[in-house]
Amino acid sequence: MLKIKNLKANINKKLILDGFNLEIKPGEIHAIMGPNGSGKSTLSNILSGKKGYEISGQITFENQNLFDLEVEERAHKGIFLAFQYPLEIPGVNTNIFLKTSVNAIRKAKGETELDAIEFLKLVKKKANELKFDQEKLSRQLNVGFSGGEKKKNEILQMSILDPKLCILDETDSGLDIDALKIVANGVNALRKKNNAFLIITHYQRLLNYIKPDFVHVLMNGKLIKSGGPGLALELEKKGYENLN
Amino acid sequence: MKESYNKSLTEKEVENLKNYKYGFSTDIEEVRAPKGLNEEVIKFISKIKKEPEWMLNFRLKAFERFKKLKEPNWQKPKYPKINYQDLYYYSAPKSMKDKPKDINDLDPKLLETYKKLGIPLQEQKRLNGIAVDAVFDSVSVATTFKEELTKKGIIFCSISEAIQKHPELVKKYLGTVIPLTDHFFATLNSAVFTDGSFVYIPEGIRCPMELSTYFRINASDTGQFERTLIIADKGSYVSYLEGCTAPMRDENQLHAANVELIALDDAEIKYSTVQNWYPGDENGKGGIYNFVTKRGLCKGNNSKISWTQVETGSAITWKYPSCILKGDNSIGEFYSIAITNNYQKADTGTKMIHLGKNTKSKIISKGISAGNSDMVYRGLVDVSSKAENAKNYTQCDSLLMGNKCGAHTVPYIKNKNSDSNIAHEATTSKISEEQLHYCQQRGLNSEEAVGLIVNGFCKEVLQQLPMEFAVEAQKLVGISLEGSVG
Ligand SMILES: Nc1ncnc2c1ncn2[C@@H]1O[C@H](COP(=O)(O)OP(=O)(O)O)[C@@H](O)[C@H]1O
Ligand SMILES: [Mg+2]
Repeated sequence: MLKIKNLKANINKKLILDGFNLEIKPGEIHAIMGPNGSGKSTLSNILSGKKGYEISGQITFENQNLFDLEVEERAHKGIFLAFQYPLEIPGVNTNIFLKTSVNAIRKAKGETELDAIEFLKLVKKKANELKFDQEKLSRQLNVGFSGGEKKKNEILQMSILDPKLCILDETDSGLDIDALKIVANGVNALRKKNNAFLIITHYQRLLNYIKPDFVHVLMNGKLIKSGGPGLALELEKKGYENLN
Repeated sequence: MKESYNKSLTEKEVENLKNYKYGFSTDIEEVRAPKGLNEEVIKFISKIKKEPEWMLNFRLKAFERFKKLKEPNWQKPKYPKINYQDLYYYSAPKSMKDKPKDINDLDPKLLETYKKLGIPLQEQKRLNGIAVDAVFDSVSVATTFKEELTKKGIIFCSISEAIQKHPELVKKYLGTVIPLTDHFFATLNSAVFTDGSFVYIPEGIRCPMELSTYFRINASDTGQFERTLIIADKGSYVSYLEGCTAPMRDENQLHAANVELIALDDAEIKYSTVQNWYPGDENGKGGIYNFVTKRGLCKGNNSKISWTQVETGSAITWKYPSCILKGDNSIGEFYSIAITNNYQKADTGTKMIHLGKNTKSKIISKGISAGNSDMVYRGLVDVSSKAENAKNYTQCDSLLMGNKCGAHTVPYIKNKNSDSNIAHEATTSKISEEQLHYCQQRGLNSEEAVGLIVNGFCKEVLQQLPMEFAVEAQKLVGISLEGSVG
C-alpha cells in the first residue's frame, strides 16, 4: 500500500529524515516510536503533502507516486492524518466542516454526496461510539476544545471518513486513560483487511490497546530498529539511548 | 454609439468572463445626453424624464453648488483625475423612451439580459417573494409585483415615476437626509441623477416581501448616478436589497449613487447590498469606481435602520453608509463584509451620529484583503451632548491573505456626552498555511478551504442578509477570492 524508499527531508537547511525506509501492506498496523524531535511529525506531514520541505527519495501509495498528488488528492485517495496539534478554525462550525470534508471526498470518489439528514445520522452514530459530546460539534472547529477533545475530534473525523491509510501522530499524548481506551476502540473498530495504520507514539501504553504488527524506532533520521510488539516493551525498559 | 461598444470578445475577455460571469455587455440601441456636464445636459435629463419644474430647479440648484465644490482627496485609494466633461450623464435603451406598461412588451434583449443575470422579470418566472426594480444604465426598465404591493398601499416604483405620480412625498423627503450641499459626489448626483428606486411603506404596514433593485451598468463612457429614496412611515417595516453588476471594460466607470432612508416613529428599514460591480482585471485594469453616499435618518422615536453590505466588486469602493439617530431610543446598525483582491481598493465604513436619547448603534465590519489589494475601515461614532445614555459597540476584524495586501483601521470617536458607552474591538488575522493544510488534508481544495474559512470569518454579517441572498453572497465571497491562494 505505502512504500517509502530512502526518504531524505530538510527543513530550513536542517536535515531531519536521512534515508528513511518503510513498507506498509493492507491490513497492517505499524507503530513508530522515537525521541522528541526525531522527525516523526515531519514524516507524517510529508505523507500528507505539507509544503515547505526539501525532499528526495521515493514514496508510492497504491503504486502511484505520492509526490504527483496534491494534498487534497491524497486525502481523496484515502490518506488521513490525525494531527499532533489539530488546528483551530474560528467561525467555522464543526458539523459544517465535517460535512464539507465528507462530501468533498465522496465527490472525488464519484459517490453521491450526503444530504444533511444522512450526514447527521452518520455523525451521531460515530460520535456515540467515541462518546464524543455531540453538542461540541455545533461549536467552532476546535475552538475552546480541550487537548483531549481535539484529539478525539480527529479520531471522529477519521472514523467518519473511513480512510485507507490512517496516520495517527501522537494522538495518545494528552489523553486520560478512559479517553485512550475509547480512541483505541475507535481505531480497532475501523480495522479492516484493506486498510492500514501508522501509529506514532511516545508511550507503550497505547499499544496495550492497539496491537501493532510492527514496532519501529526512529532515531537520527532513520529507523534504527524494527520488531514486533515486544520492542515497545523493551524500549520502555531501556530508553532510546541504550537500545542498541 | 462607440466602436468599442460592439466589439466581439477577445480571448482574454472570455477567460475573464469565467471569473466574472456578469461581464458581458448587451448590444442595444441607446439614447444619450450630449457628452459633458452643463446646464443644457441637466435640462436634457429633466426633460426626457418629463419632470416638473421644481425637480429641474432642485437639479440646477445642486449644479450651481457643485461648481463651487472641490473633489475630495482625503481617501486612501487614489485614482487618476476624472474628466467630468468627458462622460455621458444619461444613457438609456431607445426602446425605453416611452416605458412599456407591460413587462412582456419590453425589448427582448433587456429581458434576456436580466435573465442572464439571474433576475427574471416576466411574471411566470419571477423570483418568489421578491419584488424587483430593474435599473439599466440610466432608467428603470421594469418593476415586478407592483399590483400586489399597491393593494397594501405600498409604493415601489422608479424614482422618475414617483416624481410624477407622488410629487408630494418626493418633495417632502428628497434631499432631507443628503442635502444638496452635502459633498462633491452627492451634490453631483443631486444635479444629474437619472433613475433609481422609490419606496413608501404606509403607517403600520409590514412589507410582505423583499424589495429589491438591480442596478446594471451597460453603456460605456457613462457615469451611473442613481437615486434611491425609502420612507418607512410610522410603525412600518421593510427589507430592501440592492444588487449590482457591470460589463468588463478596460476603462474605469464612475458610479455615484445617493441613497436616502427615512424611518419614522417605530419604523424599521433593513437595507442590504450585494455589490458586485466589475472589479477590473487581475492587473488592475478597468473596473467601476463606486463612490456612493448612503445615509439613513432615524427620524422617529424607537425607529431602526440597519445597513448590511457585502462589497466584493469595483476597482475602488469608497462609501460610508451612515445612520443619523435623531429619534429617542432609535437604533442604527452597520454590518459589512468588504473583500478586495488583485489590485482592488476599498475605503469603507460607517458613521453613527447619536442625537437622541438612549440611542444605540452597532458596527460589525469584516474586511478581507488578498493579492495586492488595500483596504481601509474608516468609521465615525459621534455622540452629541444631548444623546444621553447613548451606546455604541464596534467590532472591526481584518483578515489578510498573503503578504502583499494591506488592511487599515481608522476609527474616529467624538463623544460629547459623559454617560455614553462606547466600546471598540479590533482584530487582524491571517489565514495560516496550517489552517489551509488542515482543510486540504480533509479533502477540500484550496479554494474550498479559503471559502470555508472566510465564510466562517464573516458569518455574523452573512447571517444578517435575507435568506434568499445569503447563499448567493456566500458563493460570491468564495468566487471573489479565487486565485488568491497557492
Ligand atoms: N519549520 C521548521 N524549521 C526548522 N526546524 C524545524 C521546523 N519544523 C521542525 N523542525 C525541527 O525538525 C526536527 C523534527 O521535528 P518533528 O518532526 O516535529 O519531531 P517529532 O515529531 O519527532 O517530535 C526537530 O528538531 C524540529 O525542531
Ligand atoms: Mg511530533
